[in-house]
Amino acid sequence: MRKVRPEKKNMVDNKILADHNLTLEEYKRIIELIGREPNLTELGIFSLMWSEHCSYKSSKVHLKKLPTTGKNVIQGPGENAGIIDIGEGMVVVFKIESHNHPSYIEPFQGAATGVGGILRDIFTMGARPIALLNSLRFGPLQKAKNRAILDGVVSGISSYGNSIGIPTIGGEIYFHECYSNNPLVNVFALGLAEKNKIFYAKAEGVGNPVLYVGSKTGRDGIHGATMASAEFGKETEQKRPNVQVGDPFKEKLLLEACLEVMEKGLIIGIQDMGAAGMTCSTSEMAAKSGTGISINLDHVPQREEGMTPYEIMLSESQERMLMVAKKENMKEVQRIFAKWDLDAVNIGEVTKGGRLRVSFRGETAVDVPVDAIVNLCPAYRRPSRKPDYIRAVKQLDLPPFPADYNTIILQLLSSPTIADKEWAFRQYDHQVQINTVLLPGADAAVLRIKGKKKGLAMTLDGNSLYAYLDPRTGGTIAVAEACRNLACAGAKPIGVTNCLNFGNPEKPEVMWQFKEVIEGMAEACRNFSIPVTGGNVSFYNDTEGISIYPTAVLGVVGLLDDVRKAVSPGFKGAGDIIVLLGENKEELGGSEYLKTVFNLEKGLPPQIDLEVEKKVQETCLEAISQGLIRSAHDVSEGGLAVTAAECSFWSKPKIGCILDLDDNIRTDALIFGESQSRIVVSTTSSNLSALLRLAMEKSIKAKVVGKTQGRNMIIRHAGREIINLPVKSLYKPWKNAIPQAFSVR
Amino acid sequence: MKFGVVIFPGSNCDYDTFFVLKEVLGQETTFLWHKDHNLENVNCVILPGGFSYGDYLRSGAIAKFSPLMQEVREFAAKGGLVLGICNGFQVLLELGLLPGAMLRNKNLKFLCEFVHLRVENAKTRFTHKARQRQILRIPIAHFDGNYFAPPELLRELEKNNQIVLRYVDEKGEATEEANVNGSVSNIAGLINKTGNVMGMMPHPERASEALLGSTDGRMIFKSLIERL
Repeated sequence: MRKVRPEKKNMVDNKILADHNLTLEEYKRIIELIGREPNLTELGIFSLMWSEHCSYKSSKVHLKKLPTTGKNVIQGPGENAGIIDIGEGMVVVFKIESHNHPSYIEPFQGAATGVGGILRDIFTMGARPIALLNSLRFGPLQKAKNRAILDGVVSGISSYGNSIGIPTIGGEIYFHECYSNNPLVNVFALGLAEKNKIFYAKAEGVGNPVLYVGSKTGRDGIHGATMASAEFGKETEQKRPNVQVGDPFKEKLLLEACLEVMEKGLIIGIQDMGAAGMTCSTSEMAAKSGTGISINLDHVPQREEGMTPYEIMLSESQERMLMVAKKENMKEVQRIFAKWDLDAVNIGEVTKGGRLRVSFRGETAVDVPVDAIVNLCPAYRRPSRKPDYIRAVKQLDLPPFPADYNTIILQLLSSPTIADKEWAFRQYDHQVQINTVLLPGADAAVLRIKGKKKGLAMTLDGNSLYAYLDPRTGGTIAVAEACRNLACAGAKPIGVTNCLNFGNPEKPEVMWQFKEVIEGMAEACRNFSIPVTGGNVSFYNDTEGISIYPTAVLGVVGLLDDVRKAVSPGFKGAGDIIVLLGENKEELGGSEYLKTVFNLEKGLPPQIDLEVEKKVQETCLEAISQGLIRSAHDVSEGGLAVTAAECSFWSKPKIGCILDLDDNIRTDALIFGESQSRIVVSTTSSNLSALLRLAMEKSIKAKVVGKTQGRNMIIRHAGREIINLPVKSLYKPWKNAIPQAFSVR
Repeated sequence: MKFGVVIFPGSNCDYDTFFVLKEVLGQETTFLWHKDHNLENVNCVILPGGFSYGDYLRSGAIAKFSPLMQEVREFAAKGGLVLGICNGFQVLLELGLLPGAMLRNKNLKFLCEFVHLRVENAKTRFTHKARQRQILRIPIAHFDGNYFAPPELLRELEKNNQIVLRYVDEKGEATEEANVNGSVSNIAGLINKTGNVMGMMPHPERASEALLGSTDGRMIFKSLIERL
């Protein structure tokens, strides 16, 4: 064997380690594992693969607490995406991933490449992507910089998703000061595949060719994964060159070409070159199959001259894949890629012995065991400590009752977190592929599956204020609410993916939040018997020492037995009866009401009884299946009053409602409180008794709270009229809040 | 009636259009590949929506040079039926098979939403199943749908009855507000002088099944199927 290319002697000093985000202990471990000092390229490889982003070194001991099994789980965590069997020989492949750090540095490209990356995770498994959703969090729109980030992110998502032809069918947008210098961009994708045509990241069969397919390699994105594993400081602007540039057109060609070679069964394994580029794809494929890989960098298509092995191995240029083909099929694979005007270059082969060997201009640039890179990264059980603020925020002194509830409801509806998100949704092509049954903005997005009776529903959810005040409850509610959103559309949850966005895990307070949120999520997932099939952890969401609120974004996928029965949130006509499933409680802690009107982020978030929650959802699902209800909308941010208003906004033509409430609790808590496990449904008088009987059988509370009528929304409490406004006047501030924020200069 | 749906690299409504023609409307339908010179004896060529060749230079500008488009040009010259939807309309403008040009939407954003259209000419081979001035509800999804024609061309289009569809409000009025992308004279769909080539920005294939919210788009395909 040739000697490993000698680079500068004793080249590793503290600065180099710091630049690579490696600790001295980690460096010593590398030396121990490979039996010598690594050269710079090897050091770069370890720094990427041992980065928090790729290795989950701070989170993996905790993630084990999440339930990941179930009879329909075909693939749990650990692959590019999770897979759930949906029957009739079909599976869904889905995953959520963050692209927070790049989106702050370069909003348009950061978000666009986030979309590109998550789509590759889906189609590398042999699934055609059919849906995109995203959860976005920004600082308040009063600041010009936040508006610019929102605009850039939405344009980036729109540009990539629309061009490649995958519908962006929903999601959520939240605003909070904590995201001002740390926006969150979490992108979810789902694909559909035949059960017997799933592909994995495998490098099997010694001697089989390793093919590089897709775009050429450039210097873009070098160190992207390491960048995403550190806090932001003042010099962050200089990291712009670390953000990759997306080319949705190339990815569309790559998608079609990959699916074609997979359909024809020409390849053995495939892995996308996303974060950590060629380093990750080569070493992971080999590690998963217990083989090795040898590649020659001279054959790698490059779009810049003079690239070093370090740069080629660490580049995060987009729209590239690594494939292992059966030897005899290589020519046919290359023919198909040529048809789509793409490169498919043989750059190496599968080897025995479990080593990653990289040669460059006749010399060995890298020779290390793949196991060391992929599996032997240290796992940390970092110290955790309950933060001091937790005790302080519990003390909530409720403000006096407002004098005029009409003003308050208008104020809430124009709060950007609650306001209409059409400004963003209309920039996304949400109908391409002609499957979209429920348009964005509903509780859940619903897709038909061509040629089948059943349908798919999906939603993203996560309230970070709840999780800030009480991380465990926040984690539980995130799962419960996402499932409730599905129930409102008529879908039963089948699988979960999650994106956990937190601050610096080296801070014990952040670690405590993380552990608590996971405990809460795990409990809720067990209760609903839904498996977590994967996800993503994004730590180091801190800027200049300030961490974001703990933000667990849950992506839940559901199944409808009959897609024609999908229910939307809007009222369907005058004279229907409005029924509340669940119970109003006196809970105001963590509410959008306290935050928006009184600038108070205190108290305990609403409490949740998972048994009750489950029964409320079952009742809603059963009622939809029996055709007993005409609309369903869950009560969340802004409480009952906002929920009722939204049901009116979604009706066509817009119809008003009257709610007559008699609960013996504070009026503001009654109409703006965010107590859990509540769904507002509407039904006809002929179906009312059957609906109430169903609720009784499930032993949940359900009562008539009003009816649909006229042009105003009227709310009475104990006979006293507290809100009476034309739906039109409520609609306007809700509709215009976000566009107006952009017209103010 | 045999339909051919063109696939350019970057087309993304090709399968949708194919599905509606073949599965929903039961028509003989085939895909046509951009690198070929073969129109496979179809009676009607459809240029579908999407981002042909990435639309990087200008929407539809590169597609015009594809080998298949040379055949389509000839086919149209001989009177063959050609329908361009969205990106397909942009390609027809670039090919010169229809007059005028597309600009970016007036709000400089991509727009995806249901719009109302008024049938301005129900006597064409693409619209004869509609009533004159019938209101249709069909979605749009484009960035460059702001149709432009200079005044003399506009007069000519009016005179020859070439304006087939206009953006209108729910009541059928061609208002400024209903003209979401800013097209001159609210133009959403256009036909050539000889009546065999039509372009439209809205997507009829997205409005051909009740489950998806509207079946108004079928009228276009049915007009082609039940020949005039």
